Amino acid sequence: MAELTAIQKTLLENIADLHEIPAGAYNIRSNGGMLGRNTTANIDIVTKTDKPGIDIIIKPGTKNQSVHIPVLITQTGLKEMVYNEFFIGEDCDVVIVAGCGIHNAGDEESEHSGIHTFHVGKNSKVKYVEKHYGSGEGTGERVMNPSTEIYLEEGSHLEMETIQIEGINSTERKTYARVEDGASIVIKEKIMTHDNQVAVTDFKAELVGADSSADICSRSVAKNHSKQTFKSNIIGSNACKGHSECDAIIMDEAIVEAIPELTAANIDASLIHEAAIGKIAGEQLIKLMTLGLTESEAEEQIINGFLK
Amino acid sequence: MLELKNISYLVDDEGLGDKKEIIKNVNLTIEDGFVAITGPNGGGKSTLAKLVAGIITPTSGQILFNGEDITGLSITERSKKGITFAFQQPVRFKGLTVKDLITIASGEKITINEACGYLSEVGLCAKEYIDREVNASLSGGELKRIEIAMAIARKTPLTIFDEPEAGIDLWSFQNLIHVFENIHEKAGGSIIIISHQERILNIADRIVVIADGEIKEYGKREEILPKLLKGAAPAPILGDDDTTLGCPTLLDKIKQ
Repeated sequence: MAELTAIQKTLLENIADLHEIPAGAYNIRSNGGMLGRNTTANIDIVTKTDKPGIDIIIKPGTKNQSVHIPVLITQTGLKEMVYNEFFIGEDCDVVIVAGCGIHNAGDEESEHSGIHTFHVGKNSKVKYVEKHYGSGEGTGERVMNPSTEIYLEEGSHLEMETIQIEGINSTERKTYARVEDGASIVIKEKIMTHDNQVAVTDFKAELVGADSSADICSRSVAKNHSKQTFKSNIIGSNACKGHSECDAIIMDEAIVEAIPELTAANIDASLIHEAAIGKIAGEQLIKLMTLGLTESEAEEQIINGFLK
Repeated sequence: MLELKNISYLVDDEGLGDKKEIIKNVNLTIEDGFVAITGPNGGGKSTLAKLVAGIITPTSGQILFNGEDITGLSITERSKKGITFAFQQPVRFKGLTVKDLITIASGEKITINEACGYLSEVGLCAKEYIDREVNASLSGGELKRIEIAMAIARKTPLTIFDEPEAGIDLWSFQNLIHVFENIHEKAGGSIIIISHQERILNIADRIVVIADGEIKEYGKREEILPKLLKGAAPAPILGDDDTTLGCPTLLDKIKQ
């Protein structure tokens, strides 16, 4: 496989905490092509023939294994739409790390849009981590629009961690989950926007199974003139538990919208939503300042902790 | 050494559309050692502490710290000069851990062992608390002890504790006094403790009595404490809040 450039290494580090080529199964996509791939006895990766993207097939009973599928874009003006589909067999326990890093040094817009579909087999456990990061001194916008569709079979569990800390000018994230009997989904989102960035998140979870559950938790910080919209909709049509929480720190001239929706279509559906938007509490700043930090250092500590 | 010269602090009285004087032309020199500030609730004790820490600015007057005029300095600058203020009501932080706060307080990178040492000093099992978030999951008493651990980690020549015993049970009362002694041993300087507790007043070198924004009494413990016992100072001073539950107060003593 080709050697990684310094920029590719930085992007990889930021989106996948990887310093080198990962161990285990991986597929690295770079500027629309394949930079490297490795499959294992239990995890197969196959290029789709009808559209751009890959199928990741995980054999039933696969435990303690991981798949990395980072996407790197360093070419200005590149726009792509990728379809990745995960077929996870029954009784698996796996970690999937995706993520996209865009380094745009030019003046044209670079855009990555991906649709990730997960079919999680009975009683399987999946941890899915997705990080988005942008860098580059160019004036070209860095745009990402990730969509995720998750189908959870009986007794399965998926935990999704989605993180976007800096550098993405515009993002629209759509996540949909359908949760069957005894299955559960946990989504943790962390977002920080600055300058004139725009970020929209839209979660929808359909709790169709008995004893199914969804827990959606978003923490975000909006700085400067950025704008964030948080939408969530939990629909409970069986005996189920749903909880969504949006907790945002607003700064400067930013705008944060929280639009929660709950729909209960069963008497045993128990759904809760919590939303809080506010500036950093003055007493928190004062406390840290009495410990010797300046106001801006205190702010930084509070934000870092909040998004940790 | 801390000197307050003609310090007044006025706030707008919303009800009357008038100014209300919270601190009235206070003159006070605090030498090294233990100084207890006592007096009735609402008398101006906490306000005085906030004025020294820089959280509020006096309407008039001067504050000198080791001879230097710090009246115009910010909270951060005063903190760097060596003033520590342990709040009466500790602040909660979503996401920041006990270790984060103790590290910030110590002002340098510290090892886990050092951070744990500070927690042990306030009677908290370090292992259990070091990685805990300082959020709503901690009780008031736990937060209070973490607040004190931060003050220990600071090791500054002036430490002000605002009702440190509130929420701390009988078991740790002796430890608390131990903590004060340790800080004094390591950092020297002055320790100012705002308190209603006789046991704390008992270890003070000097006692200040504040009521109605004025200093009513200031002197050596041996002179002031007997006066308080006789009820010579404006009442009620001691044992007038529920935080003293379980601890003998001066009033109890008088009854005996």
